[in-house]
Amino acid sequence: MNANRFTNRSELIGILVLAAFLVVILPLCLDVFRLNLVAKYLTYAFVALGLVICWGYGGILSLGQGVFFGLGGYCMAMFLKLEASSVENTKIQSTPGIPDFMDWNQITALPFFWKPFHSLTFTIAAVILVPGIFALIIGAAMFKRRVGGTYFAIITQAVAAILTILIVGQQGYTGGINGMTDLRTLKGWDIRPDHAKIVLYFFEVGCLFICIFIAQFIRHSKLGRILVAMRDQEDRVRFSGYSVANFKIFAFCVAAILSAIGGAMFALQVGFMSPSFVGIVPSIEMVIYTAVGGRLSILGAVYGTLLVNFAKTSLSESFPELWLFGLGGLFIAVVLAFPNGLAGIWQDHVQPRIDRLISSRKPKAESAWTDNSVADGAPAE
Amino acid sequence: MSDEPNKGLQSPLRRKLLMGAAALPFVSILPRPSFGAGPATATVNTTGLAVTDTEVTVGILHSATGTMAISETGSIQAEKLAIEQINAAGGVLGRKIKFIQEDGASDWPTFAEKAKKLLVNDKVAAIMGCWTSASRKAVLPVVEQYNGMLYYPTFYEGLEQSKNVIYTGQEATQQILAGLNWIAKEKGAKSFFFIGSDYIWPRTSNKIARKHVENVLKGKVVGEEYYALGSTQFNSVINKIKLTKPDVIFTDVVGGSNVAFYKQLKAAGVDLSKQALLTISVTEDEIDGIGGENIAGAYACMKYFQSLDNANNKAFVAAFKKMWGEKTVIGDVTQAAYLGPWLWKLTVEKAGSFDVDKIAAASPGIEFKGAPEAYVRIHENHHLWSKTRVGKAKLDGQFELIFETSDLVEPDPFPKGYQ
Amino acid sequence: MFGEYSIGDLGSIFVMQGFAGLILFSVYVLMALGLAIIFGQMGVINMAHGEFMILGAYVTWMTSNLFQSYLPSLFSGYFFLAMMLAFLASGALGMLVEWVLIRHLYKRPLDTLLATWGLSLMLQQAYRSVFGAREVGVELPQWMLGSLKVTDSIEVPINGVFVMALTVLITCAVAYVMYKSRWGRQVRAVVQNRIMAGAVGINTAKVDRYTYALGCGIAGVAGSAFTMIGSTGPTSGQLYIVDTFLVVVFGGAASLLGTIASAFSISQTQSTLEFFMSGSMAKVLTLLAVVGILMLRPQGLFALKVRK
Repeated sequence: MNANRFTNRSELIGILVLAAFLVVILPLCLDVFRLNLVAKYLTYAFVALGLVICWGYGGILSLGQGVFFGLGGYCMAMFLKLEASSVENTKIQSTPGIPDFMDWNQITALPFFWKPFHSLTFTIAAVILVPGIFALIIGAAMFKRRVGGTYFAIITQAVAAILTILIVGQQGYTGGINGMTDLRTLKGWDIRPDHAKIVLYFFEVGCLFICIFIAQFIRHSKLGRILVAMRDQEDRVRFSGYSVANFKIFAFCVAAILSAIGGAMFALQVGFMSPSFVGIVPSIEMVIYTAVGGRLSILGAVYGTLLVNFAKTSLSESFPELWLFGLGGLFIAVVLAFPNGLAGIWQDHVQPRIDRLISSRKPKAESAWTDNSVADGAPAE
Repeated sequence: MSDEPNKGLQSPLRRKLLMGAAALPFVSILPRPSFGAGPATATVNTTGLAVTDTEVTVGILHSATGTMAISETGSIQAEKLAIEQINAAGGVLGRKIKFIQEDGASDWPTFAEKAKKLLVNDKVAAIMGCWTSASRKAVLPVVEQYNGMLYYPTFYEGLEQSKNVIYTGQEATQQILAGLNWIAKEKGAKSFFFIGSDYIWPRTSNKIARKHVENVLKGKVVGEEYYALGSTQFNSVINKIKLTKPDVIFTDVVGGSNVAFYKQLKAAGVDLSKQALLTISVTEDEIDGIGGENIAGAYACMKYFQSLDNANNKAFVAAFKKMWGEKTVIGDVTQAAYLGPWLWKLTVEKAGSFDVDKIAAASPGIEFKGAPEAYVRIHENHHLWSKTRVGKAKLDGQFELIFETSDLVEPDPFPKGYQ
Repeated sequence: MFGEYSIGDLGSIFVMQGFAGLILFSVYVLMALGLAIIFGQMGVINMAHGEFMILGAYVTWMTSNLFQSYLPSLFSGYFFLAMMLAFLASGALGMLVEWVLIRHLYKRPLDTLLATWGLSLMLQQAYRSVFGAREVGVELPQWMLGSLKVTDSIEVPINGVFVMALTVLITCAVAYVMYKSRWGRQVRAVVQNRIMAGAVGINTAKVDRYTYALGCGIAGVAGSAFTMIGSTGPTSGQLYIVDTFLVVVFGGAASLLGTIASAFSISQTQSTLEFFMSGSMAKVLTLLAVVGILMLRPQGLFALKVRK
């Protein structure tokens, strides 16, 4: 295990550039309001990151990432909601001390599965474990039976639909379609004022980089190579004695946990969680972030998410009609013309020029397999 | 016009302004007003809102895109009409109202985000906006945190009250109880079947209706069913209705599901001229999609119908059609949205200030005599006193007014005995 | 819950409930047939299927308006013409889409999903710009409204009967085309082995294009039929898409018989459950059952046995 395994030099530069962009440039250029928007977009970047691993490398397209985003977000929101529903805050209710929406639905005691969410430690564990285990169950059931590709995509979509209807229908326990609103404090620390938003932003960026490093590590480890091999020639990997299903389950679980972390960040940043982030439409939109960034590029996922969301906010402000055409066109263009997204454009058009500038001084010796796989235009099945 | 002295207004000038405002819907030709003659900005705006000597900025925050655009378009149109009329009548405290419109895009966090933008970046003096409960719930913490003023137009489930919100639509008891009383008396109804879309407003409304039917009317609820938003298959529930033979079908199905529900009801041979049906979710807007022939004969419980026969409403409908086209229809919520800017203007003039705290304090007791639904007044709890009306749907998509309460109904967002 | 009703009442309710299930079944079959052809035979995940349906519905709406203004005397029969126009319009759009978009993506089925999703967004916005954001109400001829009284307590909705008849007709037509005609043999040959099919002289590109157009055309007819029971708005199509895919996948993608069997079992389950619990819970349970069974039996009810 040498350092090159983990990241090579150009990747390190890429990470540093992204870090400078997120930690220095954006906070300096944007006011708190816009920075808070960026923070919201970045929560989706976690999902996109997960999709790079499971879709780009593992070849498993999940159309249900909103499910995990939602599970993570709801776990966090439950903790925050409980804290916001202290007895003195909810004096006017017929049962003080429970969330307001329960009171409206004639629930008089906190349901048992809400109780552990009084503890922050439990909540953080739940944010990771609940989606992780859920993904494990789905993954085990599907991949052990060699369900993949399109079938898997459609079934995850159905799961997203089921969970949405369930959350909306069980409004006494979940807040229904309104979701959980008015989240106020985290361990007594008010998350709503501007300075809190800034602190949360940097905390989120920190988490994002940890996740980026984890993703890098997975990609460069043997595991990552098996994933790519599996995506391209599943049978050959199986005949070589690897348990294909286990690797797929692993990739899917990692993606689910990353999404869930994003969801939890979302609840913290926006102070809000609702079923509109669980359903099919947001789930598919999250896939497009990855596709735009480049399904094989970890950093691309972050840029893709930011780009699409910036475009969405600014276009939908000035030309709401144009926005859906633009988004639809983006889907089609990415699929038809740029299957490797922004990262592909960078790789094919920008990188060579930079390389040429550098290599005039020092010939490029290493040719890491990753570069080949990224440049390789064959997209996942 | 009432000649009674108005208690809430101290100066004769303001009283004149108020009367002028109230009279405005009748008067369409006015000289082009000039702005800038009002009191000094420093005195009427102590909290740094976007108020200049000649202008004041308010925000309009609705969904112009996404699934809710269908419903919210009418509200946007009504608010713009009201602002235009107020400006034509001389504006607010001598200042012209300028509006910034933001798109909530049918997405609740976007609503919160844009509300924050309006309050923090644009410093608007008030926001006219939100439609669904979910969007209001998302915006509420923002307006409370940044001390804004929200005028919310939709009839809703109640259970809420805020210093920073004026609810110009009806809360649930106001909308439902009088209608249930009427139909129980008129049709001798004893058994009710509830069917609604599965979310908070229908569930809360039905809860209140159930308590009222069981405890007050001594009737019986023979069924209560909920379908996911967007459902289009209602044959099973229609069979249940046929099996239980309720005296009244009470519905709060929303959106596209409505179309499917009424079409299938008709196809199943349920004749609405014989089977009483009371809805609290179908306005003239919805009938456009359902088709008058599918719903003719049903009763709707609202506070406003486009067909209301009074001078205010005639002027309002004419002005609305002139601005937005002959074919537009005006539903209950559209009218409530129209009230928002007017009530805000009247409150500002009573308070003599744009400051949110003063407006919040001055709101109770504000009367608007020019309302298309006729006289309304703001209650201490920031909801409106208004009448409950029952209309019967006609083939042409309009309602025929059948019944209205003789007095204004008191708003009661936290009804005792109904929770 | 049945104690208070007479046997006769219950009997007729069960008959009508069965009928409600049959209507739901017809709706599912109509939705799924086009997709079964496109997804099952070609492997293309057509997320814009709902938008092709809604195109049919809008065509029906326009036809009804045309007849009302210019040919009021023939209004009672407009629906048949409307369905044909819906088929042609959706089919033509399908052919165009295949040519511009789909044919580049046959080797990448998951990418067809993204591309057609993008297409569906654009179509939705196009409908919104052209027809307005509001739902439109399609006026039906008088004879299609109301119900047939079979006995005193059993009433059968006429449009339900119409949808069922239409379903049977279209299913038979599709079955004939796919299994008896020369063209159907070509389609199946291409599905089973594209290279060999090309080698024996089948123009696979043309077969693909017409297969896709046929699937879209059937979606258009389905949309036309749905104006009788549902709503027509720019985003109505999206509501159907999950159900439709589940029906097709549950049936076993490449099998027409499977699609019908799965539509039947899903619709009967759902409408029976709906009778005993609230509509949204019935939906959740049905979907859960389908997903659960698919996890145990991923190939669906009827799997085509081919050597892979």
